Amino acid sequence: MSTSVSVAFEKARADGRAALVGYLPAGFPTVDGGIAALRTMVESGCDVIEIGLPYSDPVMDGPTIQAAAQQALEAGVRTTDVLRTVEAVAATGVPTLVMTYWNPVERYGVERFAQHLYDAGGAGLITPDLTPDFAPEWIAAADARDLDKVFLVAPSSTDERIAMTTAACRGFVYATAVMGVTGARDATSDLAGPLVERTKRAVAATAPGLPVGVGLGVSNGVQAAEVASYADGVIVGSAFVRALLDHPDDLDAGRRALVKLTEDLARGVRS
Amino acid sequence: MTPTPNSQYDADLHGWYGGAGSFGGRFMPEALIAALDELDAAWQKAMLDPAFLQEFEGLLQNYAGVPSMLYEAHRLSDHAGARILLKREDLNHTGAHKIRNVLGQALLTKRMGKTRVIAETGAGQHGVASATAAAYLGLDCTVYMGEVDTERQALNVARMQLLGAEVIPVRSGSRTLKDAINEALRDWVASVDHTAYLFGTAAGPHPFPSLVLSFVRGIGDEARRQCLDLTGSLPDAVAACVGGGSNAIGLFAAFLDDPDVAIYGFEAGGDGVETGRHAATIFAGSVGVLHGSRTYVLQDDDGQTIESHSISAGLDYPGVGPQHAALAASGRASYLPVTDAEAMEAMSLLARTEGIIPAIESAHAVSGALKVAQERQGETILINLSGRGDKDMGTALEYFGLGTPKETA
Repeated sequence: MSTSVSVAFEKARADGRAALVGYLPAGFPTVDGGIAALRTMVESGCDVIEIGLPYSDPVMDGPTIQAAAQQALEAGVRTTDVLRTVEAVAATGVPTLVMTYWNPVERYGVERFAQHLYDAGGAGLITPDLTPDFAPEWIAAADARDLDKVFLVAPSSTDERIAMTTAACRGFVYATAVMGVTGARDATSDLAGPLVERTKRAVAATAPGLPVGVGLGVSNGVQAAEVASYADGVIVGSAFVRALLDHPDDLDAGRRALVKLTEDLARGVRS
Repeated sequence: MTPTPNSQYDADLHGWYGGAGSFGGRFMPEALIAALDELDAAWQKAMLDPAFLQEFEGLLQNYAGVPSMLYEAHRLSDHAGARILLKREDLNHTGAHKIRNVLGQALLTKRMGKTRVIAETGAGQHGVASATAAAYLGLDCTVYMGEVDTERQALNVARMQLLGAEVIPVRSGSRTLKDAINEALRDWVASVDHTAYLFGTAAGPHPFPSLVLSFVRGIGDEARRQCLDLTGSLPDAVAACVGGGSNAIGLFAAFLDDPDVAIYGFEAGGDGVETGRHAATIFAGSVGVLHGSRTYVLQDDDGQTIESHSISAGLDYPGVGPQHAALAASGRASYLPVTDAEAMEAMSLLARTEGIIPAIESAHAVSGALKVAQERQGETILINLSGRGDKDMGTALEYFGLGTPKETA
């Protein structure tokens, strides 16, 4: 049985704070090591987990996530390993999404993937290179199982496209804070605030109550606090990956770094 | 250069070829959709603007050396037992058909008020063409090129640099054309407000396949007319090499509605399709999504892209334009592999029979056409000689053991 991420967002909203969404690609540093790392993030304060499906041609990812995904692929990670990771993480009770480029899902079979994701307890998908207007198959497969459909909006999106996107989302809508690829940045983007404002207007009109999560570039508690002041969720990816990359061949040290980072971010979303 | 009437091979409004949900489309990050829409609108408007079309045609004629001639290859014809006509795109400025596409796209860039262009390149032909157009029109230019390709096409790197472009070697993934496209897309996501992406082939997200075709379709339109002038009838078959497929679709488009003209695309067979080391995407791949469109892709069971292999950098790509995917699926065109060895043999043959050194990409088309000629004795076969071989002399030198005394027999 899958849990929609909206449950976690509602809980955070009831606490008067933003939700913390943490990302790691599956199979990094190994399949079991990745599961252990993701569980560490859950135990340390992530409200929602995003599990990346490593892909050979990740056009929205910067060097950090590229490096982790490539490492996972070179070690032979398979789509079935991603689903196994989902199952292990979702078993903690924390809503668990898969973030994936589209081709691996299409290759696996959209219906089959949706069913296996559902069976594993996964909440749904984030699709960085699939927009709602090209997603009829996925939308049908997700709707049949009440899976979350998280599409992205960007600072360059028109108001019309934002409304089209929020109307199609379930779980939350992912607002990309910068025009650029994934990766930690020193300063938070001044494009994020106005985008969230526009997105919230669209949400009010098309999908009342749909949470707005903000990602791309957030790497510490101070930035998380700033984003949490105007968004419903703070999404962090590259910084978690970096914590593991900085401790190659020493998963325990990597997990200690993850604990420290998660706690810092969790304080941020509560401040 | 007026927009042609719709046929079943033109895209619908969402970029689908051969019916909604089939081939093409736009599988892209939302951040780039506004730019693709802007490009689409600017292109549609420009193609209806006589001033734009006049400027484009003028540039092609006075700068690029277009129309290229159609040359009857008598000695090669004797060898083949068929009448072989060569569309001499190798004689265009910068040495290939690519100049047509970049001049069109660079003119559009100026119209849209953008100041910088980025491009990916495999063999370097599109990179050189982009750098040339950027220099001519006063635009900043950055070219992404796989590190492997920068090594086998060092001469073209130097050309781009001399033309004032910045060449960035791409070290991710397989370090070839597909990774150069990934890196160019990453650049574009961050620079889209002032930068245009000059896509190098008739692939990628809508509107690129249709847009690129609109700028290269002169190849086929000219060849059709020239063939009628020269022979009094249409060719029995046309042939082109297919990597992403821009030179091929540019030729094929003019003959799609002539049912008696057979259409052949020749893909890079590398070491042989049976070895798995090839770039025969249509012949040996499967349907998937790569670089923004649904098409044939070399991929494994999990949908991970498989690295392609070809002696020719310009054909070394694990995807193919969606128009070709649709033409293959409908059966209108046939796509067959030509191995590295066969292509190199054809390169040598054309050099020795006609005094023309083709690009290794184009040598695939020559080799494939010669094979087709065995079943079409006495017929007329029109080959798009898409590029010249100057850039490939390093590869040829090594392959044939030229330039230095042979150490072994």
